[in-house]
Amino acid sequence: MSKTLRIKKGVDIRLAGAPSTECAAAPVPKVVAIQPPDYPGLTPKLAVKAGDAVSAGDALVFDKTFTNVKVTSPVAGTVKEVVRGAKRRIMAIVVEASGDQKHRDFGVWNGGDRDALVAHLAEAGLFAAFRQRPFDVLANPADTPRAIYVSGFDSSPMAASTSVVVEGQMDHLQRGIDALAELAGAGGVHVGLQAGDNALAGLKNCKTTAFQGPHPAGNVGVQIHHTAPINKGEVLWTLGLQDAINLGALLNTGKYSARRVVAACGSEMDNPRHLETVVGAKLADLGLKVHDGARVISGSVLTGTNAGMDGHLGAFATQVVALPEGHDPKFMLTEGWLSPGLNKFSASRAYPTWLMPKGKTYTLDTNQNGEDRAFVVSGQYEAVFPFDIYPVHLVKSIMVNDIDAMEKLGIYEVAPEDFALCEFVCTSKIPVQSLVREGLDALKVELG
Amino acid sequence: MKAIHNLIQSVKPHFEEGGKLSRFWVVFDSLETFAFTPGHVTSSGAHVRDSIDLKRTMFLVIVAMIPCLLFGMWNIGHQYHLSLGQSSDLLANVLVGAWKVIPLIVVSYGVGLGIEFLFAGMRGHSINEGYLVSGMLIPLIMPVDVPLWMVALAVAFAVVVAKEVFGGTGMNILNVALTARAFLFFAYPKQLSGEIWIHDVATSKAGGMLVDGYTGATALGHLAGTVGTAASEASAATMSLFADGGMFSLSNCFLGLIPGSVGETSALACLIGAAILIWTGIGSWRVIASFLAGGLVMGVLFNLIGANAYMTINPVHQVVMGGFMFGMVFMATDPVSAAQTNTGKLWYGFFGGLFSIMIRVFNPAYPEGVMMAILFMNVMAPLIDHYVIEANIKRREKRLTVAAA
Repeated sequence: MSKTLRIKKGVDIRLAGAPSTECAAAPVPKVVAIQPPDYPGLTPKLAVKAGDAVSAGDALVFDKTFTNVKVTSPVAGTVKEVVRGAKRRIMAIVVEASGDQKHRDFGVWNGGDRDALVAHLAEAGLFAAFRQRPFDVLANPADTPRAIYVSGFDSSPMAASTSVVVEGQMDHLQRGIDALAELAGAGGVHVGLQAGDNALAGLKNCKTTAFQGPHPAGNVGVQIHHTAPINKGEVLWTLGLQDAINLGALLNTGKYSARRVVAACGSEMDNPRHLETVVGAKLADLGLKVHDGARVISGSVLTGTNAGMDGHLGAFATQVVALPEGHDPKFMLTEGWLSPGLNKFSASRAYPTWLMPKGKTYTLDTNQNGEDRAFVVSGQYEAVFPFDIYPVHLVKSIMVNDIDAMEKLGIYEVAPEDFALCEFVCTSKIPVQSLVREGLDALKVELG
Repeated sequence: MKAIHNLIQSVKPHFEEGGKLSRFWVVFDSLETFAFTPGHVTSSGAHVRDSIDLKRTMFLVIVAMIPCLLFGMWNIGHQYHLSLGQSSDLLANVLVGAWKVIPLIVVSYGVGLGIEFLFAGMRGHSINEGYLVSGMLIPLIMPVDVPLWMVALAVAFAVVVAKEVFGGTGMNILNVALTARAFLFFAYPKQLSGEIWIHDVATSKAGGMLVDGYTGATALGHLAGTVGTAASEASAATMSLFADGGMFSLSNCFLGLIPGSVGETSALACLIGAAILIWTGIGSWRVIASFLAGGLVMGVLFNLIGANAYMTINPVHQVVMGGFMFGMVFMATDPVSAAQTNTGKLWYGFFGGLFSIMIRVFNPAYPEGVMMAILFMNVMAPLIDHYVIEANIKRREKRLTVAAA
């Protein structure tokens, strides 16, 4: 039995359209794209040009600083184009899938020293999935992290179910955990479990802690904070559960696996369920039935990107969510701020929905539900932020770019995703996640 | 609703850049967003947002003030008729009250919002909802017969000096409504200590129509008169007003059947407001509970000292008199000027309550200690937060040295 920790702060946003436990294989995508902006801290350099033929596992880009860290193609095919944004920033490398299963052979891993393992993962494109804390950026392959943390569940609204994700993959996952144990320092590997869920029971070679409570209990940052918080000067690595599975698959089979099980969900999605596809798949190719005019999000409703049906599944996205757009103004008496608001979800008690049964679900649209204001209300962030950190003061120190205060207030421990709920509950509609990202970037530049 | 929307959209072009009325864009924009939550969709970060916004928050505070407002209106008429020895019915009382209160509200909102619109126009930002609450609080803490031009001046001073110079709602250090009251108190001390707590009491007095025992002073005014004088017949006479059956008996003070500022007299109405604020989570229970505890603790301490008649008053009686309850529920809980951290709120509230009672007893020149105490704690709040956050920083540093060792 692992220890169970209770997370009290947080909120579960009860959205309509949660996925069923059914898992279907999505049609093989015709077009796949790798989007370097998905990888914070990675400065992409092209390894291919338009027209090149690639196998699954061939490098598409590599990092400017850690040149051996590559992002590889999820499928075999032809590089169709390199999409660039402002200042010629590389936004995406689009690969047209040929449909055959041509994989680059990395060879089954038969053991070796730590450096060789890192090089092996980096070459196959899996090292790019590691992130380091502090800063929540691409890990430095030269570091030995104190520990490696994997969150064994996703607590965000309508998240993919762990038991569906790991179905038939436990061998690969165990192999992945074993490899992580070789990479980690004295702290070993830590897997956070969902209390009451046995999907990951029996994992060996790692420490486990069960977490009970509302979102963000499944955030790896919360799990780190409540088991062994990061101190100044320490480095931790984090890895997604599905990337840990893919890592094991690479070592077991010698082939790069970009498998992704996503929860296709949301109130505007017909037949919400789980789909098995690959990283970077074009969303229009997944066979989703989405209502007209809906916003299609790659990732969760709290942290994802507005991809649209022509967009692609993000590198770390485990959900595709369809939500109604909220373009319609809301009249104050009927739907706005003076309305009774019986169908308005709020983490506060300003609307009577907190008296409703816990099982009731709500259809939320993408309206901001109010205008931008200065900080007025206090105590709101603290109620959904399970860290021993003062979130408002940290955000304010970021706003005034006070590096010293940011460090003292504990910015090392957090990632933008940990502030997603603060952003959700904010009365003043302050863009907290992007502020935290700016703060982390500023601090990283300052410290070199 | 569709019709209203269409109407707004049809006049909108006149207010937009290049339109004839573009200088009034701020006014138009605030009215439009008042009527309709705009169709802004999220563009970065979380795709869905909580339904709460500042308008809803402020609206709920106003709802919580309604019991105080209604009771205050009635009580103005009630006190007026009592002072003349006349009996009256509900309607007559409320009519007198409305006659006094509605002009106060109109002046408060008119002047305050006017200045807000002016500043918003000058600075090119939208109008914040903060004044919706301040504008209702100010009439409720005004003496009944205060001249309207004084109110206008106080509002202007408070909005400009306490709020706009700091950058508007959310940036102020002092509570805006209390600043207005403090301005009157210091700028017009003579008028404010005069006979303005009961409607027309000065005229009634001059006309010899006043019932015996009615001086027009508030409970705290009477008590302030006892300080510094040895236990004498005079103070004994004053204290008898506070005994059971007296004008300022515990039950009269609790229900609010006493002269005072418009909305502050009834502890019961304030407690109903507190229940609404705590139940909806808009007001901090930490501040309210610790403020009450602070007041009671000081009351008990004074009982133990017992150096003069004022100190011997029952602590519960102390906290239901004057503006203590109103300040506790509606002033101390202002999230902008209060302490921001949860731990800080407990200290802030506790000392606020403590000082309220301490000031009113120690310094008879300031009978309304709660005003001074809350303004003082507004200034101290950042310091309290500073120490709370320093403790958090120390905790983190200690963890580091333990890890390194």
